[in-house]
Amino acid sequence: MITKRIIPCLDVRAGRVVKGVNFLDVKDVSSPISLAEYYSECGADELVFYDITASYEERNIFTDILRQTAERVFIPLTVGGGIRTLDDFDRVLKCGADKVSVNSGAIKDPDIVYHAAKKYGDQCVVLSVDIKRVGDAFHVFAKGGREDTGIEAIEWIKRGVANGAGEIVVNSIDTDGVKKGFDLEMLDAVCNAVNVPVIASGGAGCMDDFTTLFKTLPKVDAGLAASIFHFGEVDIKELKKKLASENINVRL
Amino acid sequence: MIAIIDYGVGNLFSLKSSFAAIGADVVVTSDPTTIAEAERIILPGVGAFEDAAAKLRASGLDKVIYEEVAKGKPLLGICLGMQMLFERSYEYGEHKGLGLIPGAVKPIKDEIPAELKIPHIGWNPLHMSTPKDELFKYINDGDCVYFVHSYYATECDEYVIATAEYGKELTAAVRNKNVVGAQFHPEKSGKAGLMILKAFCEM
Repeated sequence: MITKRIIPCLDVRAGRVVKGVNFLDVKDVSSPISLAEYYSECGADELVFYDITASYEERNIFTDILRQTAERVFIPLTVGGGIRTLDDFDRVLKCGADKVSVNSGAIKDPDIVYHAAKKYGDQCVVLSVDIKRVGDAFHVFAKGGREDTGIEAIEWIKRGVANGAGEIVVNSIDTDGVKKGFDLEMLDAVCNAVNVPVIASGGAGCMDDFTTLFKTLPKVDAGLAASIFHFGEVDIKELKKKLASENINVRL
Repeated sequence: MIAIIDYGVGNLFSLKSSFAAIGADVVVTSDPTTIAEAERIILPGVGAFEDAAAKLRASGLDKVIYEEVAKGKPLLGICLGMQMLFERSYEYGEHKGLGLIPGAVKPIKDEIPAELKIPHIGWNPLHMSTPKDELFKYINDGDCVYFVHSYYATECDEYVIATAEYGKELTAAVRNKNVVGAQFHPEKSGKAGLMILKAFCEM
């Protein structure tokens, strides 16, 4: 049976990994290529490269880094950040990305999901959503979580899937950075609304948070995190061993 | 030399890189002479069956494939490229494949419990047939590989060399003499995938 995926996310700017990393066994800790190779060796099931580039020049550096990574790392690569048009899809897919994640781009132009899915296939289009509780409701937030769009998140996700999104990344702003575990309530609501893979993001602080995630919500397909992997607080190899020992199906 | 057939379907960057990573001499080509001169042929493919089969026939490269396979040259079909090795597919209608392996390609969704998601996407362990095929000589039964597909090969029991469980045992890899096929993506399956490509290069 299909295994649960563990996905490290690398924020890349001007060819470097932005959030500090802390590994003795990686020579150039801020090189996205070295770090990607390291994670792949450790058993990461997939990698997300998030482009937080500001300028056109930096964007070219990003695609160059992506290409070099895809020449060396043979696990699925998802690219997000700054994806607004089909040309953006094309640009990163040509450089070795397997999936492309849209977030703000879909808020600005919801049709992009439909057009991209039609052109590249559903499996290629990942809808990433930043969600925060507003009163009793879940709202979609834009601009890196700073702006409430007023859009109801579950309806937004359902619509995205109907338009062809093949996977959903649920990033809970409420739990992000708190390191007290994934947002199980929010994830449960999403899992019950759609029948495509759901990736949990935001809140992982330790190995047990992943165990709790997969045990409580068997419908969740993957757990994504950034700093806890970069800072070495959670070692992917150890994490997967631990999940296996708890009878959670993982690739060892 | 290994020739990856470029017939205008999908992105061959990772596939080419994966062969380069195991030290193989690899070329992406749509030139019949280059394909005929190669020692091994790769038939890739993503997207829809009908469109890909039409493109392959329009390119005339199907003829080169038939000729070279008849001479005993190893051919590896990957993902949709594997599905095209079969006689026919029932993906939106009925379409003719290359017919190099007896069998048909059908939708997974008709065969598995409704709560399982389609496409079958992710890492899944290989259940290898015994005796183990030489394609798997460097890896072990239970090693995981990466799948992305909504259709699967069936009515081909005697050619199946590995399956993966997803509501039922789905065909994961096949062989008919010098023609082999992988439903999964070896170029995205980490070390196990590279070791499968290495074994193919030694076939």
